[in-house]
Amino acid sequence: MADTSNADQGEFPISITVEFTGGLELLFGNERKHKVVLPARLEDGSRPNISYLLKYLVNNLMKDQRIDMFIMEDNVRPGILVLINDADWELEGEETYELQQGDNIVFVSTLHGG
Amino acid sequence: MAPTACFNCKEARAVIIRPKNRHKLCRACFIDIFETEVHETIIGTNLFFPGERVAIGASGGKDSTVLAAVLKTLNERYNYGLDLCLLSIDEGIRGYRDDSLETVKRNAVQYEMPLDILGYSELYGWTMDQVVEQVGKKGNCTYCGVFRRQALDRGAARLGIKHVVTGHNADDVAETVMMNLLRGDLPRLSRGTSIVTSSDASDIKRSKPLKYAYEKEIVLYAHHRQLDYFTTECIYSPEAFRGSARTLIKDLEKIRPSSILDIVKSGEDMAALVPVEVRGVGKSKQGEEESAGGCGSQNGRTSGGEMAAMEKELAENDTAESLETEIKIPNGSRVKANRGPTGKAVKVQTIKHCERCNYISSQRICKACTLLDGLNRNRPKTAIEVGVGMEDEESSSTLMRQMERAKLSAT
Repeated sequence: MADTSNADQGEFPISITVEFTGGLELLFGNERKHKVVLPARLEDGSRPNISYLLKYLVNNLMKDQRIDMFIMEDNVRPGILVLINDADWELEGEETYELQQGDNIVFVSTLHGG
Repeated sequence: MAPTACFNCKEARAVIIRPKNRHKLCRACFIDIFETEVHETIIGTNLFFPGERVAIGASGGKDSTVLAAVLKTLNERYNYGLDLCLLSIDEGIRGYRDDSLETVKRNAVQYEMPLDILGYSELYGWTMDQVVEQVGKKGNCTYCGVFRRQALDRGAARLGIKHVVTGHNADDVAETVMMNLLRGDLPRLSRGTSIVTSSDASDIKRSKPLKYAYEKEIVLYAHHRQLDYFTTECIYSPEAFRGSARTLIKDLEKIRPSSILDIVKSGEDMAALVPVEVRGVGKSKQGEEESAGGCGSQNGRTSGGEMAAMEKELAENDTAESLETEIKIPNGSRVKANRGPTGKAVKVQTIKHCERCNYISSQRICKACTLLDGLNRNRPKTAIEVGVGMEDEESSSTLMRQMERAKLSAT
């Protein structure tokens, strides 16, 4: 998590793992685990955060048309938990969390199945 | 961002924030506290007695899987002396229930509990696949819901077990409170909040040990213990989880996480205000709360049409409802039961037994038998009868379909 200094010096794309469980995998081609590679810097010079990742997932990985089952008001739909390296994303700054090399992001739906 | 230390042990890295008090806990402390709280609920309500045989209503979903795991853990840790088993209902939906039953079978091995699976086909002579083939995809949830409510009781009775526990959680109870509040149905509200639902007319006791557990924590408990559970959407009701009451609960939680337990608490307090004679009557399990739990999709019964159906029902019962809110009636008075101006005090039912199947029912013939009649006769007239009590919209399409069928067979 630390080696994020030296911003200008040939940054590598950020490679992370994204997991969907609790029924959410149904929206993503029934695949639970996905490898995702994000640019180290966005066009405006900022680093990709969870908000960016959400847009990326909807545009690139989501197979289902029902976007509102995942996203509501530009954020994760209430009832879907987000874990950043196994920790509740509330502990990490939620959608403003900047992704780090090798991060594991898990989306768990609490809305399905009982 | 520097890792936060656990509120409890002050050492390990916190990985969860508890919705009810915002405490930040590490994995081990969270699991321990979650289990301890369920234990306290069990002890505080004298839920079990030593040697009791208890059937866990198991769907393979997160709630019942967590319930089974926690009960096994607590039974061993605190020597409850319970004889636990798993009881699953097979609605007969190929490609949906098949997979979740495989999960339950694995759970039976993992938790070393005997498993019994009871099918709709066995109980009612119809699988849900067959029901859908006949009535179509619209309205089939009505059949499934009515059938399921009886199935667990019947399954337990068959095993000679008198206590069935279900995985209903705090979110489910809060949802039930909201639904019944919106309906103005205080008797049902009071029954739904109680941890134990038993009936004088039935010797099967139902309880929900996870009543105070947040759905969020149940999911996280399953995640951090890496429990084997199954999730999918019911193929006949893929959008069922978008129920309005559910959405409301989740939105409230987002704004103020303690809302869920606050609603549960409010429900309990309101229940305490409901006079015993109002609460007691209509203990019939027909139309019992059961907001979710059993249904594969979290709230199959609160899918879109339910709100509309409820509004309609509210309008119909308008006069009766306004009287039913007058709950501050001196004890002993039975005003409510008889005061419906149209004689339509729908909520106050007397317990009878179904003439066909002997199951407890407020009607001469229980709802399951009525529905079965319709299925078995396959006549348009029955479709009309069934439709009147249910959602009109759906029955009309059912009716049309059945008319077509009748026409075909007539030619």
